[in-house]
Amino acid sequence: MAVIPNIIFAVILFAAIFFFVRNVRKLIRNIRIGKDVDRSDNKPERFRKMARIALGQQKMVVRPVAGILHIIVYLGFIIINIEVLEIIIDGLFGTHRIFSFLGGFYAVLIGSFEVLALLVLVSVIVFWVRRNIIRLQRFRKPEMKGWPKNDGNFILYFEMILMVLFLVMNATDVSFQQMQAGNVVSGLIAPLFEGLPGSTLHIIERSAWWLHIVGILVFLNYLYYSKHLHILLAFPNTYFANLNPKGRMDNLEAVTKEVKLMMDPNADPFAAPAEGEESAPPEKFGVSDVADLNWVQLLNAYTCTECGRCTSECPASQTGKKLSPRKIMMDTRDRLEEVGKNIDNNGTFVEDNKSLLDNYITREELWACTSCNACVEACPVSIDPLSIILDMRRYLVMEQSAAPAELNNMMTNIENNGAPWPYNQMDRLNWKNE
Amino acid sequence: MKVPTMAEMMAEGKQPEVLFWVGCAGSFDDRAKKITKALVKLLDKANVEFAVLGTEESCTGDPAKRAGNEFLFQMQAVTNIEVLNAYEIKKIVTACPHCFNTLKNEYPSLGGSYEVMHHTQFLKSLLEEGRLSIEGGKFKGKRITYHDPCYLGRANGIYEAPRDLIRKLDVELVEMRKCKKAGLCCGAGGAQMFKEPEKGDKDVNVERTEQALETRADIIAAGCPFCNTMMTDGVKSKEKESEIAVMDVAELIANAEDL
Ligand code: SF4
Ligand code: SF4
Repeated sequence: MAVIPNIIFAVILFAAIFFFVRNVRKLIRNIRIGKDVDRSDNKPERFRKMARIALGQQKMVVRPVAGILHIIVYLGFIIINIEVLEIIIDGLFGTHRIFSFLGGFYAVLIGSFEVLALLVLVSVIVFWVRRNIIRLQRFRKPEMKGWPKNDGNFILYFEMILMVLFLVMNATDVSFQQMQAGNVVSGLIAPLFEGLPGSTLHIIERSAWWLHIVGILVFLNYLYYSKHLHILLAFPNTYFANLNPKGRMDNLEAVTKEVKLMMDPNADPFAAPAEGEESAPPEKFGVSDVADLNWVQLLNAYTCTECGRCTSECPASQTGKKLSPRKIMMDTRDRLEEVGKNIDNNGTFVEDNKSLLDNYITREELWACTSCNACVEACPVSIDPLSIILDMRRYLVMEQSAAPAELNNMMTNIENNGAPWPYNQMDRLNWKNE
Repeated sequence: MKVPTMAEMMAEGKQPEVLFWVGCAGSFDDRAKKITKALVKLLDKANVEFAVLGTEESCTGDPAKRAGNEFLFQMQAVTNIEVLNAYEIKKIVTACPHCFNTLKNEYPSLGGSYEVMHHTQFLKSLLEEGRLSIEGGKFKGKRITYHDPCYLGRANGIYEAPRDLIRKLDVELVEMRKCKKAGLCCGAGGAQMFKEPEKGDKDVNVERTEQALETRADIIAAGCPFCNTMMTDGVKSKEKESEIAVMDVAELIANAEDL
């Protein structure tokens, strides 16, 4: 009967992996709803960016306090996961600390895990204080009410509990404590349990062990529903990010074709379309819903950490306008999830008479943007909220002719006089004689 | 003021060293026209053979594009590219970061590839080639803060050329709390210049002006005609016109020696 725990462990582990894989596949399917965009160029540069920004956390340290704490938690996350490997092997095969044959090296390993665990614990507590007691401005915007706020805190509680469990597990492991090697932190906690009978210690140790690993597996499956997806997606997201100068806005190809046709004196606008072109529906200009966005923009939405660095640098947001680039990303993700669920339930997308525009993102938000790129620059994981804003403006103007009246005046002026003001193009050089 | 057009140059069978793209603001806005003239004086002083398109120039289409009207933008672009290519233009200098960005980044894929420089980059290259000299003159010792235009700074990574020029004036260059990559917008970009701002509790240009005032500078230096307008309005709304002036980098250099 000694194998029963191993069987239970295997079942839990494989269930966790099963659900995780299912979520990842759903994620990929949803991202694929987006339009194609080519980001296959310049691979070395892309790898460099990913290494610097995702792995190297380059943009995090722009704000040193949060940045350094974040690096600790991130390193802790990665390094302590090496320990998870041992736990999994132990769990599956009923061994105990299988790697301990490594001797001195094992001690060094566990010792550093323990130190990191303590540092993570401290950092996470500081994070919690910043969110809930100091109440930093950027965590208090309207879009941070409800789930996003709780999500942020859940994760912190999760990490606190996991770190405590890890340390307790080590502290109550009698044979490990007797080794007197590697128990740098747990050795300090161990006296708390002194005097307890060996059997009780064993029960505490086993409970901590089980809760710790089950906690990690639950965490793995919580990711999909959380802003914490960024720990995985930060990598592809920085890799596939735009490499062009930030000022370059793409030229819509569909428009180029039409403009060329209009400008070409030999073209016959009423000519029958060439063979095979007939069935192509007229292309929709701009974006009103998630399916009009490209897949990188959708990947952006899933990657967003809701940190609000974009919003706190945004001139519109800083001056009390409704626009918040973080909200643009959160709305995009929420709508994409809604569309995904619709597909789950119906097999294919069934019109729900909703769209990203108006049901999520209002026009007032879109028109408040100055296209200053501060949000793009600030984002620690290379998200581009501006591209979504501008694509949605394209829809408003080209599909709905719904620009603010003053902008329509400006555009009429450009059309008629070649300048955004009502001056005659023939007067363009008058300044030289004034 | 002697400002040759491309048409005139062509008639004489000459090709200028550089085309000066004046832009809509530089052509029509009273404040921006002064910047245009300052730049012309500097080009003359450095013996740069330049020309303008004059009445053949038309809006690059930037505000239309940022407002979402890709059609109008591309119509403008294609028209301008036709003119530029017909004159076989190779190199363009402009005092407007919006024109700069559009010409440099958005025209190539529509068939218009040129070497495009912002006037601060061009002036700096003239300085380095020894064709232009800069002296402190009447600004010597003044405190100057430089406002980064979004379309020059973040959009195209140009932070140092304007600062290098300002330093040459023997002045004290002071930075605002938010500068360079973290610079705060003046509020004009993305076609905001042409509309009333959305509801909020402050105007962006006022916020930015307050940051500039914090530096206790005598002059706010700008590199964009739209930033110039926004900052000038900001200073007015704070009633600080008597304490702080807003000037383009080209004006600073030209006025330093009373050109
Ligand atoms: S580009 Fe638009 S959304 Fe982004 S920071 Fe600037 S104003 Fe805000
Ligand atoms: S877009 Fe980037 S900066 Fe903005 S909240 Fe998301 S992760 Fe943070």
